[in-house]
Amino acid sequence: MSCVDYFLSEEQQMIVDVARQITDEKIIPQRAELDESETFPTEILNDIAQADLFGLYIPEEYGGFGGGSFDMVLALEQFARGCVGIATTFAASALGAYPIIISGSDEIKQKYIPDIAAGRKWAAFALTEANAGSDASGIQTTAVLDDGDEWVLNGTKQWITNGGEAQIYTIIAITDRKKGPRGASMFVVEDGDPGFSYGKKEKKLGIRASATRELVFQDCRIPKNRMLGRQGTGFFTVMRTLDLSRPGIASLGVGLGQAALDEAVVHAKHRVQFGKPVISFQAVQHILADMAIQVEASRAMVYATARYIDSGARNISKESSMCKVMATDMAMKVAVDAVQVLGGHGYMREYPVEKMMRDAKILQIYEGTNQIQRNVIGQALNKEYSRN
Amino acid sequence: MKIVVCVKQVPDAKDVRLDPKTNTLAREGVESIMNPYDRHALEEAVRLKEKVGGTVVALSMGPPQAGEVLREAVACGADEAVLVSDRAFAGADTWATSYTLARAVRKVGFDLVICGKQAIDGDTAQVGPGLACRLDIPYVTCVRAVTGVDGDKLELQRLMDDGYDELEMPLPGLFTVVREINEPRVPSLKGKMRARKIEITTLSGGDIDADPACLGLAGSPTQVVKVFSPQFNRDKTMICGEVEAQVEELVAVLEKLV
Amino acid sequence: MLKIDTDACTGCGICEDNCAFGAITVEDGQAVAGDNCALCGSCVDLCEAGALSIDKASTGPGTDLSLWSGIWVYTEFRHGRLAPVALELLGAGRRLADDRGVPLTAVLLGHGLETVPETLISHGADRVLVADYPQLAEFTDDAYANVFEDLINRERPEVVLAGATAIGRSFIPRVANKLSAGLTADCTGLEIRKEDGALLQTRPAFGGNIMATIVCPHSRPQMSTVRPLVMKPLPADASRKGEVITAGIDPARLSSRVKVINSVSSESEKSNLQEVDVVVSGGRGLNDEEGFALISELAELLGGGVAASRAAVDSGWIKYSHQVGQTGKTVSPKVYIACGISGAIQHVIGMQASDTVIAINRDENAPIFDIATYGLVGDVFEILPRVIARLRRD
Repeated sequence: MSCVDYFLSEEQQMIVDVARQITDEKIIPQRAELDESETFPTEILNDIAQADLFGLYIPEEYGGFGGGSFDMVLALEQFARGCVGIATTFAASALGAYPIIISGSDEIKQKYIPDIAAGRKWAAFALTEANAGSDASGIQTTAVLDDGDEWVLNGTKQWITNGGEAQIYTIIAITDRKKGPRGASMFVVEDGDPGFSYGKKEKKLGIRASATRELVFQDCRIPKNRMLGRQGTGFFTVMRTLDLSRPGIASLGVGLGQAALDEAVVHAKHRVQFGKPVISFQAVQHILADMAIQVEASRAMVYATARYIDSGARNISKESSMCKVMATDMAMKVAVDAVQVLGGHGYMREYPVEKMMRDAKILQIYEGTNQIQRNVIGQALNKEYSRN
Repeated sequence: MKIVVCVKQVPDAKDVRLDPKTNTLAREGVESIMNPYDRHALEEAVRLKEKVGGTVVALSMGPPQAGEVLREAVACGADEAVLVSDRAFAGADTWATSYTLARAVRKVGFDLVICGKQAIDGDTAQVGPGLACRLDIPYVTCVRAVTGVDGDKLELQRLMDDGYDELEMPLPGLFTVVREINEPRVPSLKGKMRARKIEITTLSGGDIDADPACLGLAGSPTQVVKVFSPQFNRDKTMICGEVEAQVEELVAVLEKLV
Repeated sequence: MLKIDTDACTGCGICEDNCAFGAITVEDGQAVAGDNCALCGSCVDLCEAGALSIDKASTGPGTDLSLWSGIWVYTEFRHGRLAPVALELLGAGRRLADDRGVPLTAVLLGHGLETVPETLISHGADRVLVADYPQLAEFTDDAYANVFEDLINRERPEVVLAGATAIGRSFIPRVANKLSAGLTADCTGLEIRKEDGALLQTRPAFGGNIMATIVCPHSRPQMSTVRPLVMKPLPADASRKGEVITAGIDPARLSSRVKVINSVSSESEKSNLQEVDVVVSGGRGLNDEEGFALISELAELLGGGVAASRAAVDSGWIKYSHQVGQTGKTVSPKVYIACGISGAIQHVIGMQASDTVIAINRDENAPIFDIATYGLVGDVFEILPRVIARLRRD
């Protein structure tokens, strides 16, 4: 329940309060139903929009709140305490918007960002393909300039969060295969663009309230000015986007870990075996203690990293990867422990920890598997130490 | 349309329990909150404003601390906040409260007044009708839906014990709402920012030209003579043992009783 | 004002601990009342040192109380049906009228009232005042309040009772305001004070956590709305005699600013909870709508009704019309089976008058067991399916 005082500013505390109220009043009462029926949480997203939180990370000139990474982390942690599926949906819209904010021209920002900030439209980010997951260089989708005024896209994106639900998609495609990593560019595709359609909706282990779908481009024609930044800067935009989004994913781990801990402690206090609440047994206490230690350590690390990013630090890949690995590995472990503490109850769908355990797994996989994150960290270490 | 919403700060009675030993109110965990019905009243006012334009004034009668619920109301979409506060108001029953609120609402000005059906501390449901009577305007209690806004009249559905009535109420008027009328929004970030800075207009008994004889305890025709804890005493039999044994005994009891 | 006798106050803190408003603090060994004191008086009774009092000096409207006499009951009639609470109020009113030695008058408003006055007389009324007009066929606050106000001004009864129903709680406050009369909502107890004949009105407040007894010392009539199913009706006695009086009403007083366009009788808003012998009720412990299916199944087997605590209704597992408690319905069946209900006072207030209460809850410390006739500590998901299976087999 209580955590370390992180000396939040008044505004930051407001963000936490607003997000907490949405989580307690809107998300938690509906999460089991949305998960069970695999229903996209449209109403809850509208509630989040109403509360102005879609504009949290968006600059004020585009109708946002002008917040930073830390503000986003605070909101996402609360949402994830309720449901990682819904939190993922919210986070994925931000992920789709970041490339526009990072590399888009003022004109293109004016066109798309105010709608995203107001929550009138949702965004999605499309990188992954059948042969390009952890290895982004395997991208097959192509974009060719036709007659000098339209880009023609061909290819299929896989496992795209918010696919079929979002109105605005930022996608990466190869514009010049010869140039290798410098041959990829980012584009904005809108729902309804000619030649753009949706493939099958995936059935998932967890985060079932979120939509995951294929995007299919068959001679999809978009205006020339839909390219983000200069030609060939696609990978730069993707890397920068992921650097910014990783602390957000880490905070989903913190929120889920906190929720699992809360459920486990409350259950352990109420569940009586051998005439005593099970929390009075040291075997249980030690599990709970380890859970609490890990949740708080992860929170401290994620908060510190987000504040570091907001300070204007430039090389943040290693730090943002470290907090993602730490907090999401923690979430998986703590969720498993929570199921163990609840025992048979924990395995039943009537209790929320079963869903938390299913939801936790994706955190170690998406937005760069934790193995890829360790590669990033390892390479950064190699680079740092070779300078001396 | 100028809409006045009456909101009240109440102790959160939801989780309050009797202390089984002393049989008195356990105060632990009793927080002050906005009366839950009033959240629905406010939400309906904000929705009406969003539909037809106008302003929403949140008005509360209470001690200075009641300013908190007014700020919450602003965070949820109210444009202005008015606190009607005076030590002379203490101990007011529903008659004196209706009188005081009517003076204040008149001072503020209105086309429509919306109240929660009742407050969860007193549960009287008398202030809404009393306020309308004092303002000499038509009213409808227990509204479950606003089905139409047509110039100077509203179409309303009133929840009854045996169904509902479809009504037409001319404006200016007042209605009270039940919970099913809407799902209140949570405060927005911009609303919270505004609420933090907003200046709350405070009206005292003098500001509303109230007759002191009609205020507070002195102006209340009803007076509390005794307060006590409810007693529920019964001879209790616990049915213990393994589940199967419990079930057998319970079924035997049921077959005897039913 | 809450007065604190600083000499008598021992600073024990009982008042501080029990103030529902958090308005009293003990500072330097003395109780101090804050601005948010609501003068509810709960601390006055609790103070062992007798240091607290409430200054009840009141100017009051100064009515000559002796001019008001007789007990009146508003006997609610709508859509061809007398509300059950009307007969309950006649039962309570009869007792009060006998205590005071005055007649009991039933006031009947509506249209097409036909033989209803005879029913009211057979259940205890000495007189029935009838206003039968087409304009009163549908309930409107304006017309009903105007007519009732005029009748009261004409005859000056000392006590006026009405059911705490949707209709009673809507127009009676307006009548009271017009008459500057004291009105106590949702009473569960009515007595005559021996010394001065005043009506003692007892009602729950703070979600039922506190009971308060209220009087109207300076004003008449003394008005109450009374919670349905609390008072007992008298058995019908066809030999009882009474007077039926047709009340003439100024037609101008029958108009209403609010127009009734349509009146919809809706099955889904109704529930039979107040008419059945067995009520099976579920709370937070049922977890979800599926859990509630067990409640419905058991209720059906026992020929009973389905009820719920506020927690279950707020969670959306079942409609509000099934809610029992301070903010829902009051029931008093022969058997009330509470499943997975903690027994928060706000629920208990709505079912404590049941003859037998059976409580099933995982938590042996749940307050529901304090009011249970039979208690089972256990998991509703283990117990209920077995009970259902056993009952089916028999």
